Amino acid sequence: MKFLVCISKAPDTTSRIAFTEGDTQFDANGVQFIVNPYDEWYALVRALELKEQHGGSVTTITVGEADCDPVIRKALAIGADDAVRIDANPQDALHTASLIAHHAKQGGYDVVLCGKETIDHNGSVVGGMVAEMLNAAYISLATSLDLDGGKAQAKREASGGLEAVEATLPVVVSAAKGMAEQRIPNMRGIMAARTKPLNVVPAEGGVQATAVAKFELPPAKGDCKMVSADAPEELVRLLREEAKVL
Amino acid sequence: MNCLAFVPTKNGQATKAGLEAVSYAQRCGATVTALVVGELNGDGGAGAAGASKVLHISDNLQDEGQIARVVAAAADAEGATLVVAPHDHIGRAVAPRVAVRMGAGMVPGVTGLLQGSEVKKNVFSGKAMAHVNIETDKKVVTTTPNAFGVASDGAAASVEAFSADAGEARLTVKGFEASSEDGSVPLPEAVRVVSAGRGLKGPEHWGIVEELAQAMQATTACSRPVSDMGWRPHHEHVGQTGITIRPDLYIAAGISGAIQHLAGVNQSKVIVAINTDPEAPFFKAADYGIVGDAFEVLPKLAAAMKTLG
Ligand SMILES: Cc1cc2nc3c(=O)[nH]c(=O)nc-3n(C[C@H](O)[C@H](O)[C@H](O)COP(=O)(O)OP(=O)(O)OC[C@H]3O[C@@H](n4cnc5c(N)ncnc54)[C@H](O)[C@@H]3O)c2cc1C
Ligand SMILES: Nc1ncnc2c1ncn2[C@@H]1O[C@H](COP(=O)(O)O)[C@@H](O)[C@H]1O
Repeated sequence: MKFLVCISKAPDTTSRIAFTEGDTQFDANGVQFIVNPYDEWYALVRALELKEQHGGSVTTITVGEADCDPVIRKALAIGADDAVRIDANPQDALHTASLIAHHAKQGGYDVVLCGKETIDHNGSVVGGMVAEMLNAAYISLATSLDLDGGKAQAKREASGGLEAVEATLPVVVSAAKGMAEQRIPNMRGIMAARTKPLNVVPAEGGVQATAVAKFELPPAKGDCKMVSADAPEELVRLLREEAKVL
Repeated sequence: MNCLAFVPTKNGQATKAGLEAVSYAQRCGATVTALVVGELNGDGGAGAAGASKVLHISDNLQDEGQIARVVAAAADAEGATLVVAPHDHIGRAVAPRVAVRMGAGMVPGVTGLLQGSEVKKNVFSGKAMAHVNIETDKKVVTTTPNAFGVASDGAAASVEAFSADAGEARLTVKGFEASSEDGSVPLPEAVRVVSAGRGLKGPEHWGIVEELAQAMQATTACSRPVSDMGWRPHHEHVGQTGITIRPDLYIAAGISGAIQHLAGVNQSKVIVAINTDPEAPFFKAADYGIVGDAFEVLPKLAAAMKTLG
Protein backbone atom coordinates (compact mmCIF):
# COMPACT_ATOMS: atom_id res chain seq x y z
CA MET A 1 0.00 0.00 0.00
CA LYS A 2 1.36 3.41 -0.92
CA PHE A 3 0.10 6.28 1.17
CA LEU A 4 0.48 9.94 0.31
CA VAL A 5 -0.30 12.43 3.08
CA CYS A 6 -0.84 16.11 2.25
CA ILE A 7 0.86 18.23 4.90
CA SER A 8 0.49 21.99 5.09
CA LYS A 9 1.98 24.47 7.46
CA ALA A 10 -0.32 26.71 9.45
CA PRO A 11 0.21 29.52 11.92
CA ASP A 12 -0.05 28.34 15.52
CA THR A 13 -3.56 29.20 16.73
CA THR A 14 -2.26 31.55 19.36
CA SER A 15 -0.59 33.73 16.69
CA ARG A 16 -1.45 37.36 16.37
CA ILE A 17 -3.21 37.78 13.03
CA ALA A 18 -2.02 40.88 11.16
CA PHE A 19 -1.45 41.90 7.55
CA THR A 20 1.10 43.90 5.59
CA GLU A 21 1.51 45.49 2.15
CA GLY A 22 -1.82 47.26 2.18
CA ASP A 23 -3.57 44.32 3.87
CA THR A 24 -2.77 41.98 1.00
CA GLN A 25 -0.23 39.70 2.73
CA PHE A 26 -0.30 37.77 5.99
CA ASP A 27 2.27 39.20 8.39
CA ALA A 28 4.36 36.15 9.27
CA ASN A 29 6.69 38.21 11.43
CA GLY A 30 7.17 36.44 14.76
CA VAL A 31 4.58 33.80 13.88
CA GLN A 32 5.25 30.22 14.92
CA PHE A 33 4.25 27.71 12.24
CA ILE A 34 2.95 24.25 13.07
CA VAL A 35 1.77 21.28 11.05
CA ASN A 36 -1.89 21.90 10.27
CA PRO A 37 -3.55 19.94 13.14
CA TYR A 38 -5.95 17.89 10.98
CA ASP A 39 -3.05 16.83 8.74
CA GLU A 40 -0.81 15.86 11.63
CA TRP A 41 -3.13 14.40 14.25
CA TYR A 42 -5.54 12.58 12.02
CA ALA A 43 -4.37 12.11 8.41
CA LEU A 44 -0.71 11.33 9.05
CA VAL A 45 -1.22 9.18 12.13
CA ARG A 46 -3.93 7.07 10.47
CA ALA A 47 -1.69 6.55 7.42
CA LEU A 48 1.07 5.31 9.75
CA GLU A 49 -1.33 2.96 11.55
CA LEU A 50 -2.59 1.56 8.25
CA LYS A 51 0.97 1.05 7.04
CA GLU A 52 1.75 -0.81 10.28
CA GLN A 53 -1.25 -3.06 9.50
CA HIS A 54 -0.88 -3.58 5.76
CA GLY A 55 2.76 -2.76 5.00
CA GLY A 56 3.84 -0.23 2.40
CA SER A 57 5.14 3.30 2.68
CA VAL A 58 3.98 6.72 3.83
CA THR A 59 5.14 9.72 1.82
CA THR A 60 4.21 13.25 2.73
CA ILE A 61 3.68 16.00 0.18
CA THR A 62 3.76 19.74 0.77
CA VAL A 63 3.35 22.61 -1.64
CA GLY A 64 5.48 25.36 -0.23
CA GLU A 65 8.82 27.08 -0.02
CA ALA A 66 11.84 26.25 2.14
CA ASP A 67 10.18 27.74 5.24
CA CYS A 68 7.98 24.60 5.27
CA ASP A 69 10.93 22.30 5.94
CA PRO A 70 10.64 22.37 9.77
CA VAL A 71 7.03 21.19 9.70
CA ILE A 72 7.93 18.54 7.11
CA ARG A 73 10.72 17.30 9.42
CA LYS A 74 8.16 17.08 12.21
CA ALA A 75 5.99 14.83 10.02
CA LEU A 76 9.04 12.67 9.31
CA ALA A 77 9.81 12.54 13.04
CA ILE A 78 6.29 11.28 13.71
CA GLY A 79 7.01 8.43 11.33
CA ALA A 80 6.58 9.21 7.63
CA ASP A 81 9.16 7.42 5.44
CA ASP A 82 9.98 10.25 3.06
CA ALA A 83 8.73 13.64 2.00
CA VAL A 84 8.17 15.59 -1.18
CA ARG A 85 8.11 19.37 -1.22
CA ILE A 86 6.87 21.00 -4.38
CA ASP A 87 8.78 24.21 -4.48
CA ALA A 88 6.11 26.86 -5.00
CA ASN A 89 4.30 29.46 -2.99
CA PRO A 90 0.72 28.12 -3.01
CA GLN A 91 -1.62 30.71 -4.52
CA ASP A 92 -5.00 29.08 -4.01
CA ALA A 93 -6.61 25.67 -3.52
CA LEU A 94 -6.65 24.92 -7.25
CA HIS A 95 -2.95 25.73 -7.52
CA THR A 96 -2.10 23.50 -4.56
CA ALA A 97 -4.38 20.69 -5.75
CA SER A 98 -3.10 20.72 -9.31
CA LEU A 99 0.51 20.47 -8.13
CA ILE A 100 -0.32 17.64 -5.70
CA ALA A 101 -2.35 15.79 -8.35
CA HIS A 102 0.45 16.12 -10.89
CA HIS A 103 2.83 14.41 -8.48
CA ALA A 104 0.27 11.84 -7.26
CA LYS A 105 -0.53 10.69 -10.81
CA GLN A 106 3.06 9.62 -11.29
CA GLY A 107 3.42 8.04 -7.86
CA GLY A 108 0.75 5.35 -8.11
CA TYR A 109 -0.59 5.93 -4.61
CA ASP A 110 -3.43 3.79 -3.27
CA VAL A 111 -4.58 6.23 -0.62
CA VAL A 112 -4.12 10.01 -0.55
CA LEU A 113 -4.96 11.55 2.81
CA CYS A 114 -5.40 15.20 3.62
CA GLY A 115 -6.82 17.13 6.56
CA LYS A 116 -10.42 18.29 6.86
CA GLU A 117 -9.26 21.86 6.33
CA THR A 118 -6.34 24.19 6.89
CA ILE A 119 -6.79 26.41 9.92
CA ASP A 120 -5.64 29.50 8.01
CA HIS A 121 -7.58 29.22 4.73
CA ASN A 122 -10.47 27.19 6.19
CA GLY A 123 -11.13 25.87 2.72
CA SER A 124 -11.91 22.16 2.89
CA VAL A 125 -11.32 22.17 -0.86
CA VAL A 126 -7.92 20.77 -1.79
CA GLY A 127 -8.83 17.09 -1.20
CA GLY A 128 -11.95 17.18 -3.38
CA MET A 129 -10.04 18.89 -6.18
CA VAL A 130 -7.23 16.34 -6.03
CA ALA A 131 -9.79 13.51 -6.16
CA GLU A 132 -11.42 14.98 -9.27
CA MET A 133 -8.05 15.45 -10.96
CA LEU A 134 -7.10 11.83 -10.17
CA ASN A 135 -10.55 10.62 -11.19
CA ALA A 136 -10.68 8.88 -7.80
CA ALA A 137 -13.30 8.40 -5.10
CA TYR A 138 -13.29 11.03 -2.34
CA ILE A 139 -14.32 10.37 1.23
CA SER A 140 -14.65 13.76 2.84
CA LEU A 141 -14.75 14.48 6.57
CA ALA A 142 -13.88 10.88 7.42
CA THR A 143 -13.79 9.96 11.11
CA SER A 144 -12.48 6.42 10.55
CA LEU A 145 -10.67 4.60 7.75
CA ASP A 146 -9.92 0.93 7.15
CA LEU A 147 -8.65 -0.96 4.12
CA ASP A 148 -9.75 -4.38 2.99
CA GLY A 149 -9.23 -6.12 -0.33
CA GLY A 150 -8.86 -3.16 -2.66
CA LYS A 151 -11.58 -1.22 -0.87
CA ALA A 152 -11.62 1.54 1.69
CA GLN A 153 -14.21 1.46 4.45
CA ALA A 154 -14.86 4.66 6.31
CA LYS A 155 -17.25 6.58 8.46
CA ARG A 156 -17.80 10.19 7.63
CA GLU A 157 -19.62 13.17 9.08
CA ALA A 158 -23.16 13.58 7.82
CA SER A 159 -26.13 15.61 8.97
CA GLY A 160 -27.00 14.37 12.48
CA GLY A 161 -24.67 11.41 12.54
CA LEU A 162 -22.09 9.30 10.79
CA GLU A 163 -22.44 7.64 7.41
CA ALA A 164 -20.64 4.35 6.68
CA VAL A 165 -19.22 4.32 3.15
CA GLU A 166 -17.16 2.02 0.98
CA ALA A 167 -14.97 3.20 -1.88
CA THR A 168 -12.75 1.54 -4.44
CA LEU A 169 -9.02 2.33 -4.45
CA PRO A 170 -7.35 4.62 -5.26
CA VAL A 171 -9.13 6.94 -2.87
CA VAL A 172 -8.66 10.45 -1.51
CA VAL A 173 -9.70 10.92 2.11
CA SER A 174 -10.06 14.09 4.17
CA ALA A 175 -9.49 13.37 7.85
CA ALA A 176 -11.65 14.78 10.65
CA LYS A 177 -11.51 14.25 14.38
CA GLY A 178 -11.89 10.64 15.49
CA MET A 179 -9.72 9.07 12.81
CA ALA A 180 -6.65 8.70 15.05
CA GLU A 181 -5.00 9.92 18.22
CA GLN A 182 -2.19 12.45 18.17
CA ARG A 183 1.33 10.93 18.29
CA ILE A 184 4.15 12.80 19.97
CA PRO A 185 7.47 12.24 18.17
CA ASN A 186 10.11 10.56 20.35
CA MET A 187 13.85 11.25 20.40
CA ARG A 188 14.60 8.37 18.04
CA GLY A 189 12.04 9.65 15.56
CA ILE A 190 13.47 13.15 15.71
CA MET A 191 16.99 11.84 15.10
CA ALA A 192 15.86 9.59 12.25
CA ALA A 193 13.94 12.45 10.62
CA ARG A 194 17.18 14.34 10.02
CA THR A 195 18.39 11.75 7.53
CA LYS A 196 15.11 10.76 5.89
CA PRO A 197 14.72 11.96 2.28
CA LEU A 198 13.05 15.33 1.77
CA ASN A 199 12.85 15.66 -2.00
CA VAL A 200 12.38 19.16 -3.30
CA VAL A 201 10.87 19.12 -6.78
CA PRO A 202 10.13 22.01 -9.12
CA ALA A 203 6.50 23.06 -9.56
CA GLU A 204 4.87 21.57 -12.64
CA GLY A 205 1.30 21.71 -13.84
CA GLY A 206 0.03 24.32 -11.38
CA VAL A 207 -2.90 26.58 -12.24
CA GLN A 208 -4.50 29.31 -10.17
CA ALA A 209 -8.00 30.75 -10.43
CA THR A 210 -8.49 33.02 -7.42
CA ALA A 211 -6.45 35.67 -5.60
CA VAL A 212 -6.93 37.45 -2.31
CA ALA A 213 -7.58 41.11 -3.06
CA LYS A 214 -7.51 42.22 0.53
CA PHE A 215 -7.63 40.96 4.10
CA GLU A 216 -9.70 42.64 6.74
CA LEU A 217 -9.83 42.27 10.51
CA PRO A 218 -13.28 41.91 12.07
CA PRO A 219 -14.65 45.06 13.72
CA ALA A 220 -13.45 45.44 17.31
CA LYS A 221 -15.72 43.66 19.70
CA GLY A 222 -17.85 45.74 22.01
CA ASP A 223 -17.54 45.25 25.73
CA CYS A 224 -19.05 42.21 27.35
CA LYS A 225 -22.20 43.27 29.16
CA MET A 226 -22.24 41.74 32.64
CA VAL A 227 -25.46 40.48 34.17
CA SER A 228 -25.91 39.54 37.83
CA ALA A 229 -25.90 35.82 38.62
CA ASP A 230 -29.12 36.36 40.55
CA ALA A 231 -30.98 37.87 37.59
CA PRO A 232 -30.98 35.35 34.74
CA GLU A 233 -34.38 36.71 33.65
CA GLU A 234 -32.54 39.96 32.87
CA LEU A 235 -30.20 38.03 30.55
CA VAL A 236 -33.19 36.45 28.82
CA ARG A 237 -34.73 39.90 28.38
CA LEU A 238 -31.50 41.30 26.88
CA LEU A 239 -31.13 38.34 24.54
CA ARG A 240 -34.66 38.85 23.34
CA GLU A 241 -35.01 42.61 23.19
CA GLU A 242 -31.47 43.88 22.63
CA ALA A 243 -29.64 41.06 20.85
CA LYS A 244 -32.85 39.75 19.27
CA VAL A 245 -31.71 36.13 19.22
CA LEU A 246 -34.58 34.57 21.20
CA MET B 1 -26.42 35.86 -14.80
CA ASN B 2 -27.65 32.27 -14.63
CA CYS B 3 -26.89 30.29 -11.53
CA LEU B 4 -27.16 26.63 -10.76
CA ALA B 5 -27.70 25.90 -7.07
CA PHE B 6 -26.96 22.39 -5.85
CA VAL B 7 -29.66 21.73 -3.25
CA PRO B 8 -29.33 18.70 -0.94
CA THR B 9 -32.62 17.26 0.29
CA LYS B 10 -33.80 15.16 3.20
CA ASN B 11 -37.01 13.14 2.78
CA GLY B 12 -37.78 15.04 -0.43
CA GLN B 13 -37.48 18.51 1.15
CA ALA B 14 -34.55 20.85 0.57
CA THR B 15 -32.30 21.20 3.63
CA LYS B 16 -32.06 24.63 5.24
CA ALA B 17 -28.43 24.91 4.07
CA GLY B 18 -29.60 24.06 0.54
CA LEU B 19 -32.29 26.74 0.61
CA GLU B 20 -29.72 29.24 1.88
CA ALA B 21 -27.68 28.51 -1.24
CA VAL B 22 -30.71 29.25 -3.44
CA SER B 23 -31.58 32.50 -1.66
CA TYR B 24 -27.93 33.53 -1.71
CA ALA B 25 -27.75 33.12 -5.49
CA GLN B 26 -30.94 35.09 -5.96
CA ARG B 27 -29.63 37.92 -3.77
CA CYS B 28 -26.50 37.98 -5.93
CA GLY B 29 -28.84 38.93 -8.76
CA ALA B 30 -28.90 35.59 -10.54
CA THR B 31 -31.71 33.67 -12.18
CA VAL B 32 -31.57 30.49 -10.17
CA THR B 33 -32.08 26.91 -11.28
CA ALA B 34 -31.96 24.42 -8.43
CA LEU B 35 -30.59 20.94 -8.97
CA VAL B 36 -31.93 18.14 -6.79
CA VAL B 37 -30.61 14.58 -6.80
CA GLY B 38 -32.78 11.79 -5.38
CA GLU B 39 -36.13 11.96 -3.61
CA LEU B 40 -38.09 15.20 -4.18
CA ASN B 41 -41.57 16.27 -3.09
CA GLY B 42 -43.09 19.07 -5.20
CA ASP B 43 -40.34 21.64 -5.72
CA GLY B 44 -38.84 20.75 -2.34
CA GLY B 45 -39.26 24.36 -1.17
CA ALA B 46 -36.75 25.73 -3.70
CA GLY B 47 -39.29 28.02 -5.41
CA ALA B 48 -40.18 29.92 -2.25
CA ALA B 49 -36.46 30.39 -1.56
CA GLY B 50 -35.89 31.99 -4.97
CA ALA B 51 -35.45 29.30 -7.64
CA SER B 52 -37.38 29.73 -10.85
CA LYS B 53 -36.88 26.15 -11.95
CA VAL B 54 -35.88 22.84 -10.43
CA LEU B 55 -33.94 20.21 -12.35
CA HIS B 56 -34.53 16.81 -10.84
CA ILE B 57 -32.38 13.73 -11.14
CA SER B 58 -34.36 10.85 -9.75
CA ASP B 59 -31.38 8.47 -9.48
CA ASN B 60 -30.24 8.36 -5.90
CA LEU B 61 -26.57 9.05 -6.68
CA GLN B 62 -24.32 8.55 -3.63
CA ASP B 63 -20.85 9.13 -5.03
CA GLU B 64 -20.17 12.88 -5.00
CA GLY B 65 -17.95 12.34 -8.03
CA GLN B 66 -21.10 11.35 -9.92
CA ILE B 67 -23.11 14.18 -8.41
CA ALA B 68 -20.39 16.62 -9.50
CA ARG B 69 -20.63 15.34 -13.06
CA VAL B 70 -24.37 15.95 -13.24
CA VAL B 71 -24.07 19.34 -11.54
CA ALA B 72 -21.46 20.43 -14.08
CA ALA B 73 -23.60 19.06 -16.94
CA ALA B 74 -26.66 20.90 -15.64
CA ALA B 75 -24.69 24.12 -15.24
CA ASP B 76 -23.59 23.74 -18.83
CA ALA B 77 -27.11 23.03 -20.08
CA GLU B 78 -28.45 26.09 -18.23
CA GLY B 79 -25.65 28.36 -19.34
CA ALA B 80 -24.86 28.99 -15.66
CA THR B 81 -21.73 30.97 -14.93
CA LEU B 82 -22.21 30.63 -11.18
CA VAL B 83 -22.65 27.40 -9.21
CA VAL B 84 -23.63 27.69 -5.56
CA ALA B 85 -23.71 24.83 -3.04
CA PRO B 86 -23.93 24.85 0.74
CA HIS B 87 -20.66 24.51 2.67
CA ASP B 88 -22.04 21.46 4.45
CA HIS B 89 -20.78 17.87 4.42
CA ILE B 90 -22.16 17.19 0.92
CA GLY B 91 -21.30 20.53 -0.65
CA ARG B 92 -17.69 20.23 0.55
CA ALA B 93 -17.39 16.96 -1.37
CA VAL B 94 -19.27 18.07 -4.49
CA ALA B 95 -18.25 21.69 -5.11
CA PRO B 96 -14.45 21.30 -5.41
CA ARG B 97 -14.98 18.58 -8.00
CA VAL B 98 -17.46 20.74 -9.91
CA ALA B 99 -14.96 23.60 -9.94
CA VAL B 100 -12.29 21.35 -11.46
CA ARG B 101 -14.70 19.95 -14.06
CA MET B 102 -15.88 23.42 -15.07
CA GLY B 103 -12.46 25.05 -14.94
CA ALA B 104 -14.02 27.50 -12.50
CA GLY B 105 -12.38 29.42 -9.69
CA MET B 106 -13.87 28.48 -6.35
CA VAL B 107 -14.30 30.20 -3.00
CA PRO B 108 -15.54 27.95 -0.16
CA GLY B 109 -17.56 29.08 2.83
CA VAL B 110 -18.43 32.57 1.66
CA THR B 111 -19.95 35.04 4.13
CA GLY B 112 -20.81 37.86 1.71
CA LEU B 113 -22.60 38.24 -1.61
CA LEU B 114 -20.68 37.87 -4.86
CA GLN B 115 -20.03 41.42 -6.06
CA GLY B 116 -18.64 41.44 -9.56
CA SER B 117 -15.90 38.87 -9.25
CA GLU B 118 -15.20 39.48 -5.57
CA VAL B 119 -16.57 37.61 -2.58
CA LYS B 120 -15.82 37.62 1.13
CA LYS B 121 -14.95 34.63 3.30
CA ASN B 122 -13.69 34.07 6.82
CA VAL B 123 -10.08 32.98 7.24
CA PHE B 124 -7.81 32.20 10.19
CA SER B 125 -10.70 30.46 11.95
CA GLY B 126 -12.81 33.60 12.02
CA LYS B 127 -10.03 35.92 13.16
CA ALA B 128 -9.98 37.73 9.78
CA MET B 129 -11.87 38.02 6.51
CA ALA B 130 -10.50 37.79 3.00
CA HIS B 131 -11.93 39.48 -0.09
CA VAL B 132 -11.20 36.99 -2.82
CA ASN B 133 -11.21 37.76 -6.51
CA ILE B 134 -12.34 34.92 -8.76
CA GLU B 135 -10.39 35.30 -11.98
CA THR B 136 -12.37 32.90 -14.18
CA ASP B 137 -15.66 33.61 -15.97
CA LYS B 138 -17.26 30.57 -14.37
CA LYS B 139 -17.41 30.67 -10.60
CA VAL B 140 -18.19 28.23 -7.81
CA VAL B 141 -18.95 29.28 -4.24
CA THR B 142 -20.19 27.40 -1.17
CA THR B 143 -22.30 29.26 1.39
CA THR B 144 -21.50 29.14 5.10
CA PRO B 145 -24.49 27.55 6.87
CA ASN B 146 -26.58 29.97 8.94
CA ALA B 147 -24.79 33.02 7.45
CA PHE B 148 -27.60 33.96 5.07
CA GLY B 149 -31.33 33.88 5.56
CA VAL B 150 -33.76 31.84 3.52
CA ALA B 151 -36.24 33.83 1.43
CA SER B 152 -39.81 32.56 1.55
CA ASP B 153 -41.67 34.88 -0.80
CA GLY B 154 -40.97 33.14 -4.12
CA ALA B 155 -43.53 31.29 -6.21
CA ALA B 156 -43.52 27.52 -6.61
CA ALA B 157 -40.93 26.48 -9.18
CA SER B 158 -41.51 24.24 -12.17
CA VAL B 159 -39.82 20.85 -11.91
CA GLU B 160 -38.15 19.23 -14.92
CA ALA B 161 -36.53 15.84 -15.09
CA PHE B 162 -32.84 16.03 -15.95
CA SER B 163 -30.40 13.34 -16.88
CA ALA B 164 -26.73 13.30 -17.68
CA ASP B 165 -23.98 10.71 -17.80
CA ALA B 166 -22.91 10.34 -14.18
CA GLY B 167 -20.08 7.91 -14.88
CA GLU B 168 -19.12 5.04 -12.69
CA ALA B 169 -19.86 4.86 -8.94
CA ARG B 170 -16.70 4.46 -6.88
CA LEU B 171 -18.30 5.10 -3.52
CA THR B 172 -21.41 3.61 -1.94
CA VAL B 173 -23.17 4.42 1.32
CA LYS B 174 -23.51 1.35 3.54
CA GLY B 175 -25.29 2.70 6.58
CA PHE B 176 -26.03 5.58 8.92
CA GLU B 177 -25.55 5.99 12.67
CA ALA B 178 -27.58 8.80 14.18
CA SER B 179 -25.58 10.68 16.79
CA SER B 180 -28.51 12.21 18.57
CA GLU B 181 -31.42 9.95 19.50
CA ASP B 182 -33.38 12.99 20.59
CA GLY B 183 -33.52 14.38 17.04
CA SER B 184 -32.03 17.74 18.02
CA VAL B 185 -30.59 19.91 15.23
CA PRO B 186 -27.02 18.84 14.29
CA LEU B 187 -24.37 21.27 15.58
CA PRO B 188 -23.17 22.72 12.25
CA GLU B 189 -26.77 23.69 11.45
CA ALA B 190 -27.85 24.70 14.95
CA VAL B 191 -29.28 28.17 15.54
CA ARG B 192 -28.86 27.92 19.33
CA VAL B 193 -26.15 26.05 21.18
CA VAL B 194 -25.58 25.45 24.90
CA SER B 195 -22.06 24.28 25.68
CA ALA B 196 -20.17 23.33 28.81
CA GLY B 197 -16.61 22.61 29.82
CA ARG B 198 -14.44 21.19 32.55
CA GLY B 199 -16.03 23.60 35.02
CA LEU B 200 -18.96 21.17 35.20
CA LYS B 201 -16.61 18.74 36.99
CA GLY B 202 -18.07 15.45 35.73
CA PRO B 203 -20.45 13.82 33.25
CA GLU B 204 -23.02 13.26 35.99
CA HIS B 205 -23.66 17.00 36.08
CA TRP B 206 -24.77 17.42 32.45
CA GLY B 207 -28.46 17.22 33.37
CA ILE B 208 -28.54 20.99 33.99
CA VAL B 209 -26.90 21.64 30.61
CA GLU B 210 -29.43 19.46 28.81
CA GLU B 211 -32.30 21.03 30.73
CA LEU B 212 -31.29 24.52 29.60
CA ALA B 213 -30.78 23.33 26.02
CA GLN B 214 -34.21 21.77 26.03
CA ALA B 215 -35.85 24.88 27.49
CA MET B 216 -34.52 26.96 24.59
CA GLN B 217 -34.55 24.36 21.78
CA ALA B 218 -30.77 24.38 21.59
CA THR B 219 -28.21 21.73 20.66
CA THR B 220 -25.57 20.77 23.24
CA ALA B 221 -21.82 21.08 22.70
CA CYS B 222 -18.68 20.82 24.83
CA SER B 223 -15.00 21.75 25.05
CA ARG B 224 -12.30 19.36 23.93
CA PRO B 225 -11.11 18.03 27.30
CA VAL B 226 -14.70 17.13 28.09
CA SER B 227 -14.99 14.91 25.01
CA ASP B 228 -11.41 13.62 25.41
CA MET B 229 -12.24 12.43 28.93
CA GLY B 230 -15.34 10.72 27.61
CA TRP B 231 -17.73 12.88 29.61
CA ARG B 232 -19.56 13.71 26.40
CA PRO B 233 -19.61 12.16 22.91
CA HIS B 234 -16.98 13.27 20.39
CA HIS B 235 -19.48 14.81 18.00
CA GLU B 236 -20.20 17.51 20.60
CA HIS B 237 -16.61 18.80 20.61
CA VAL B 238 -16.39 22.30 19.13
CA GLY B 239 -13.22 24.25 18.41
CA GLN B 240 -10.17 24.27 16.24
CA THR B 241 -9.89 20.48 16.15
CA GLY B 242 -13.61 19.75 16.46
CA ILE B 243 -16.63 21.27 14.80
CA THR B 244 -16.97 24.89 13.73
CA ILE B 245 -20.35 26.36 14.54
CA ARG B 246 -22.10 29.58 13.69
CA PRO B 247 -25.32 29.76 15.69
CA ASP B 248 -27.28 32.90 16.46
CA LEU B 249 -26.73 32.26 20.16
CA TYR B 250 -23.90 30.37 21.89
CA ILE B 251 -24.03 29.93 25.66
CA ALA B 252 -20.81 28.61 27.24
CA ALA B 253 -20.74 27.54 30.89
CA GLY B 254 -17.59 26.48 32.74
CA ILE B 255 -15.40 26.91 29.66
CA SER B 256 -12.31 29.07 30.09
CA GLY B 257 -12.33 30.41 26.52
CA ALA B 258 -8.96 29.15 25.24
CA ILE B 259 -8.10 30.42 21.79
CA GLN B 260 -8.47 26.92 20.26
CA HIS B 261 -11.98 26.71 21.65
CA LEU B 262 -12.88 30.19 20.44
CA ALA B 263 -11.66 29.31 16.93
CA GLY B 264 -14.69 27.05 16.53
CA VAL B 265 -17.31 29.34 18.06
CA ASN B 266 -16.27 32.95 17.50
CA GLN B 267 -18.46 33.29 14.42
CA SER B 268 -21.58 32.93 16.58
CA LYS B 269 -23.75 36.04 16.34
CA VAL B 270 -24.15 36.40 20.11
CA ILE B 271 -22.01 34.75 22.79
CA VAL B 272 -22.88 34.38 26.48
CA ALA B 273 -20.19 33.25 28.93
CA ILE B 274 -20.92 31.89 32.40
CA ASN B 275 -17.88 31.39 34.60
CA THR B 276 -16.95 31.61 38.30
CA ASP B 277 -13.71 33.38 37.38
CA PRO B 278 -14.22 37.04 36.42
CA GLU B 279 -10.82 36.91 34.69
CA ALA B 280 -11.78 34.00 32.39
CA PRO B 281 -10.68 34.82 28.83
CA PHE B 282 -14.12 33.92 27.50
CA PHE B 283 -15.50 37.24 28.81
CA LYS B 284 -13.27 39.05 26.30
CA ALA B 285 -14.94 37.19 23.44
CA ALA B 286 -18.48 37.29 24.82
CA ASP B 287 -21.31 39.77 24.32
CA TYR B 288 -22.96 38.97 27.65
CA GLY B 289 -21.44 37.50 30.76
CA ILE B 290 -22.46 36.15 34.13
CA VAL B 291 -19.83 35.70 36.82
CA GLY B 292 -21.28 32.85 38.80
CA ASP B 293 -21.48 29.16 39.54
CA ALA B 294 -22.87 27.19 36.62
CA PHE B 295 -24.55 24.82 39.07
CA GLU B 296 -26.73 27.69 40.26
CA VAL B 297 -26.99 29.81 37.13
CA LEU B 298 -27.95 27.14 34.59
CA PRO B 299 -31.11 25.89 36.38
CA LYS B 300 -32.24 29.49 37.00
CA LEU B 301 -31.60 30.39 33.40
CA ALA B 302 -33.53 27.32 32.23
CA ALA B 303 -36.48 28.41 34.39
CA ALA B 304 -36.34 31.92 32.94
CA MET B 305 -36.20 30.52 29.39
CA LYS B 306 -39.23 28.34 30.04
CA THR B 307 -41.34 31.39 30.85
CA LEU B 308 -40.71 32.55 27.26
CA GLY B 309 -42.84 29.67 26.02
C1 LIG C 1 -3.55 22.38 19.03
C2 LIG C 1 -4.66 22.45 20.04
C3 LIG C 1 -5.97 22.30 19.61
C4 LIG C 1 -7.03 22.40 20.52
N1 LIG C 1 -8.32 22.30 20.05
C5 LIG C 1 -9.34 22.52 20.91
C6 LIG C 1 -10.70 22.51 20.47
O1 LIG C 1 -10.96 22.23 19.28
N2 LIG C 1 -11.68 22.77 21.35
C7 LIG C 1 -11.43 23.04 22.67
O2 LIG C 1 -12.40 23.29 23.43
N3 LIG C 1 -10.18 23.03 23.12
C8 LIG C 1 -9.13 22.78 22.28
N4 LIG C 1 -7.86 22.76 22.79
C9 LIG C 1 -7.67 22.86 24.25
C10 LIG C 1 -7.76 24.28 24.79
O3 LIG C 1 -6.48 24.88 24.69
C11 LIG C 1 -8.21 24.29 26.26
O4 LIG C 1 -7.32 23.48 27.01
C12 LIG C 1 -9.63 23.78 26.48
O5 LIG C 1 -10.53 24.45 25.61
C13 LIG C 1 -10.03 24.00 27.91
O6 LIG C 1 -11.29 23.41 28.16
P1 LIG C 1 -12.24 23.97 29.31
O7 LIG C 1 -12.45 25.42 29.12
O8 LIG C 1 -13.44 23.08 29.34
O9 LIG C 1 -11.43 23.65 30.64
P2 LIG C 1 -10.57 24.63 31.58
O10 LIG C 1 -9.56 25.38 30.83
O11 LIG C 1 -10.14 23.76 32.71
O12 LIG C 1 -11.62 25.68 32.09
C14 LIG C 1 -12.67 25.40 32.99
C15 LIG C 1 -13.34 26.74 33.28
O13 LIG C 1 -14.47 26.51 34.11
C16 LIG C 1 -14.53 27.54 35.11
N5 LIG C 1 -15.31 26.97 36.23
C17 LIG C 1 -14.89 26.12 37.19
N6 LIG C 1 -15.91 25.79 38.00
C18 LIG C 1 -17.01 26.46 37.55
C19 LIG C 1 -18.37 26.54 37.97
N7 LIG C 1 -18.83 25.83 39.02
N8 LIG C 1 -19.19 27.33 37.27
C20 LIG C 1 -18.76 28.05 36.19
N9 LIG C 1 -17.49 28.01 35.77
C21 LIG C 1 -16.62 27.21 36.42
C22 LIG C 1 -13.09 27.86 35.42
O14 LIG C 1 -12.98 29.17 35.95
C23 LIG C 1 -12.45 27.73 34.04
O15 LIG C 1 -12.48 28.98 33.35
C24 LIG C 1 -6.78 22.64 21.90
C25 LIG C 1 -5.45 22.77 22.33
C26 LIG C 1 -4.40 22.67 21.43
C27 LIG C 1 -3.00 22.84 21.93
N1 LIG D 1 0.19 23.87 0.60
C1 LIG D 1 -0.25 22.63 0.84
N2 LIG D 1 0.57 21.56 0.73
C2 LIG D 1 0.15 20.30 0.97
N3 LIG D 1 -1.10 20.01 1.35
C3 LIG D 1 -1.98 21.03 1.48
C4 LIG D 1 -1.61 22.39 1.25
N4 LIG D 1 -2.69 23.17 1.47
C5 LIG D 1 -3.70 22.33 1.83
N5 LIG D 1 -3.27 21.04 1.85
C6 LIG D 1 -4.05 19.84 2.24
O1 LIG D 1 -5.41 20.02 1.93
C7 LIG D 1 -6.20 20.01 3.12
C8 LIG D 1 -7.35 20.97 2.98
O2 LIG D 1 -6.87 22.29 2.79
P1 LIG D 1 -7.82 23.54 2.48
O3 LIG D 1 -8.63 23.16 1.28
O4 LIG D 1 -6.88 24.67 2.24
O5 LIG D 1 -8.66 23.73 3.72
C9 LIG D 1 -5.22 20.31 4.23
O6 LIG D 1 -5.67 19.81 5.47
C10 LIG D 1 -3.96 19.63 3.75
O7 LIG D 1 -3.97 18.24 4.01
